[in-house]
Amino acid sequence: MLFGFPLLSLVIWLPILAGVAVLATGGDRNAPLARMIALVGSVAGFLVAIPLYTSFDPLTSTMQFVENHMWIERFNVHYHLGVDGIAMPLILLNAFTTPLVVIAGWEVITRRVSQYMGAFLIMSGIVNGVFSSLDAILFYVFWEASLIPMFLIIGVWGGPNRVYAAIKFFLYTLLGSLLMLVAFIYLYQVSEGSFSILEYHKLPLSMASQILIFIAFLLAFAVKVPMWPVHTWLPDAHVEAPTGGSVVLAAILLKMGGYGFLRFSLPILPDASHQLAGMMIALSLIAVVYIGLVALVQADMKKLIAYSSVAHMGFVTLGFFLFNSYGLEGAMVQMVSHGFISAAMFLCIGVMYDRLHSRQIVDYGGVAHRMPAFAAFFMLFAMANSGLPGTSGFVGEFMVIMASMKVNFWYAFLAATTLITGAAYTLWMYKRVIFGSVVHPAVEEMKDIGAREILVLAVLAAAVLGMGVYPLPLTEVMHTTVDDLLAHVARSKLQ
Amino acid sequence: MNFMLPDFAPAYPEIFLLVMVCGVLMADLAWGDKKPGTAYLLAQLTLFGCMLITFSTSGPDVVHTFSGMFVDDTLADILKMLVYVTVSVVLVYSRTYISDRGILSGEFFSLALFATLGMMVMISASHFMTLYLGLELLSLSLYAMVALRRDSAGATEAAIKFFVLGALASGFLLYGMSMIYGATGSLHIASVREVIEGGVISQGVLVVGLVFIVAGISFKLSAAPFHMWAPDVYEGASSAVVLFIGSAPKLAAFGFVMRLLVEGLGAMSGDWQGMLIILAITSMVIGNIAAIAQSNIKRMLAYSTISHMGFMLLGIIGANENGYSAAMFYVVVYVLMTMGTFGIIMLLSRAGFEADKLDDYKGLNRRNPWYAFIMLLLMFSMAGIPPTVGIYAKLSVLQAVLNAGYTWLAVLAVLLSLIGVFYYLRIVKLMYFDEPETDVVIVPKGDVKVLLSANGIAILAFGIFPQSLIALCSYAIQHST
Repeated sequence: MLFGFPLLSLVIWLPILAGVAVLATGGDRNAPLARMIALVGSVAGFLVAIPLYTSFDPLTSTMQFVENHMWIERFNVHYHLGVDGIAMPLILLNAFTTPLVVIAGWEVITRRVSQYMGAFLIMSGIVNGVFSSLDAILFYVFWEASLIPMFLIIGVWGGPNRVYAAIKFFLYTLLGSLLMLVAFIYLYQVSEGSFSILEYHKLPLSMASQILIFIAFLLAFAVKVPMWPVHTWLPDAHVEAPTGGSVVLAAILLKMGGYGFLRFSLPILPDASHQLAGMMIALSLIAVVYIGLVALVQADMKKLIAYSSVAHMGFVTLGFFLFNSYGLEGAMVQMVSHGFISAAMFLCIGVMYDRLHSRQIVDYGGVAHRMPAFAAFFMLFAMANSGLPGTSGFVGEFMVIMASMKVNFWYAFLAATTLITGAAYTLWMYKRVIFGSVVHPAVEEMKDIGAREILVLAVLAAAVLGMGVYPLPLTEVMHTTVDDLLAHVARSKLQ
Repeated sequence: MNFMLPDFAPAYPEIFLLVMVCGVLMADLAWGDKKPGTAYLLAQLTLFGCMLITFSTSGPDVVHTFSGMFVDDTLADILKMLVYVTVSVVLVYSRTYISDRGILSGEFFSLALFATLGMMVMISASHFMTLYLGLELLSLSLYAMVALRRDSAGATEAAIKFFVLGALASGFLLYGMSMIYGATGSLHIASVREVIEGGVISQGVLVVGLVFIVAGISFKLSAAPFHMWAPDVYEGASSAVVLFIGSAPKLAAFGFVMRLLVEGLGAMSGDWQGMLIILAITSMVIGNIAAIAQSNIKRMLAYSTISHMGFMLLGIIGANENGYSAAMFYVVVYVLMTMGTFGIIMLLSRAGFEADKLDDYKGLNRRNPWYAFIMLLLMFSMAGIPPTVGIYAKLSVLQAVLNAGYTWLAVLAVLLSLIGVFYYLRIVKLMYFDEPETDVVIVPKGDVKVLLSANGIAILAFGIFPQSLIALCSYAIQHST
């Protein structure tokens, strides 16, 4: 471990400063410069995050790389950072995704380039802050601040209905998080003046207040995950967002919701979590089964993947509330894997959209004839999305299904239907888009992917396959933390 | 009869200001035509002088003078300093705007200084009559400022409405004060407090008096249901005047509330808490919902002010130091945001064009990304989204409300402020998502440019390091009488 060196601060502030530098390049005359700074900044952001993994001690569940300074004395708010085995992989996932997004938008974005790149870099830093905050107010600040760049990304570079989607995204998320703020202040009162999350973990609470706080947290995190029935903002946001926006939204921002359950709901409110686990499992299974069926009938590719994201995130919340280590680790693996796969799927759709300017499945057909290399990549990711063994998509789903089998056969049965519906909607879409003969003259004109696109997709393909074949590097860092969390949740906080 | 000369020292800033205003009037009469900038420069100089005097005479001691009618304590010093700074910034923002429109500039500046004097007297009052004197000096100056644009029907209408309703509210206030006097036999804030705490007098009369006083206060704060004047005045008066009305007087009104409700009638907090809760809720409901329907940005900001004042009142409901300092912090932040917002409005307006329609903000990001960014910060701050300072204002008040045990009120306030977010977001949407309708280049003057940028950055900087501002407010409240 690097003692005393503020590594987490660097991971948070380096991308933000790089983003400000990108913004400072000004108008589109300096677009090449803006792109270069953005690339350097995002790659540097990833490189400085790597020591988090290499110097991480997987044998302890205490917070590592801790920084703690007084920030707002009046409310006893600290600038308190630290990561454990749950937060660290998500930070790496985020730092890994940012350069991909920058490269993916390299030639595609021609309008207000500096603002586009700057928004992504700043958001990347803010999200790192979300995953490493150990103070509730610091967390809240990062959590809400992440809305602003995404709001602008959807609204400025989005599709025809972007204003509606951007405002819906913002207000939906804000509704939940404002109640979370009230819950934080309530906890501040109960804990006699502390906003420390780790203090909250130890704070005894009555059942009634646990349930109320749980509901406040649930609104914040369920909207973000998103869980059925508060998922409706996601398809709109995804369809309207530019490719990079969709990638970050699916790969990173949804994980903030899942992370929230692990950092707040479960450890602070163990009794309410047990009490309401039935409801949470029911909501998760509805997401898996029902949203899977909804995905089947989508005509818009992005919408289809958006619904498939909701279904896959259903696995995550299902895994959380089974209260066994397979379930929790499976959910974590599923989060990371979904980060790779959904990013790849949205990038693939973006590749096609850049050429044909349509996301409708019916406008395609026979793409394999014109873009064989692309079709191969897309095939891999489609398989991963439907949970094929050997890809990362399989590992998480399989672990969660195993875990639910231990709890209740019917949970496992319903969860396992995703193996059918997931394959059905993904592969059916793949068949209609990629195979068959070329019907539309526009498809005839499509050029295969270039070096830039191959680079991005190949990196993701390696990640998906690597994690599918050998998930141990990921699971070993979270093992201790997950076991400790489970032990913590098993202890009642009632008095 | 034995005549004792009172101790003038605590009132030096007021005396200096009064002398200087007369000087400004004379100077404007003499040189106003030849050198139009004279009044402006003198006004700034006066404010600077006041700052120096207040700063050099400030201390931890509480000094009463003029037979206990006037008090100089830390709260007064800090509030006055804030008022000077605010008025000074307001004058910088307004200068170009006024000279472009040919509004009689000497009168504008001297009225602004008279209004400042009124605010200072209000802030330092320790007697009901002094309070009333300060309030009327402020109000009459404001009525006249609204009416300055005498060729505009809108401004005249606004001034009449403002005056009639304002006079009514002053009447309420006086009537309430007379009831309190009847019950307690004193107009000194300190002795009123002692008598009420003694608890031998008729509660009935006191409560009736309190109702009238609270009504009068809420008019001045533009809290619903006494808010009717605000939208019309904001829309009708020129932006420079609205900026003035919307900023520094809110600081003075906070001082007024502190002197009257807290220092004078603090023992009756159980009675006024209920009233303030009703006022706060109606203000937040009416302000937030009515703002959505507006297409004029000044009118929208009027409703947004109403909702902000409702939120601020929530802090006072706590009836403890914690709550008062939260409310004070809220007011200071609110003033900072209002200054910036109207600064941008005046920056975009030019001779013959007011920039008061929401559509005038379309595509601002294309025209000038920097000012669009400042406006973005201001709007997110008003909405209470981090990393701007607005969130800490909301946080402090919510904490005070929960501390006082009103969890339901905090949840309600949060949900109502969510409605508010929508109309702030709409401005951001217009600036960033839409294409501009005009490509007129924005050319601010040097001082406006610097100050407006500083104002925008302050919103962000205090959003990242809010401690100093919060501490200042706590300090002021802890060291008040």
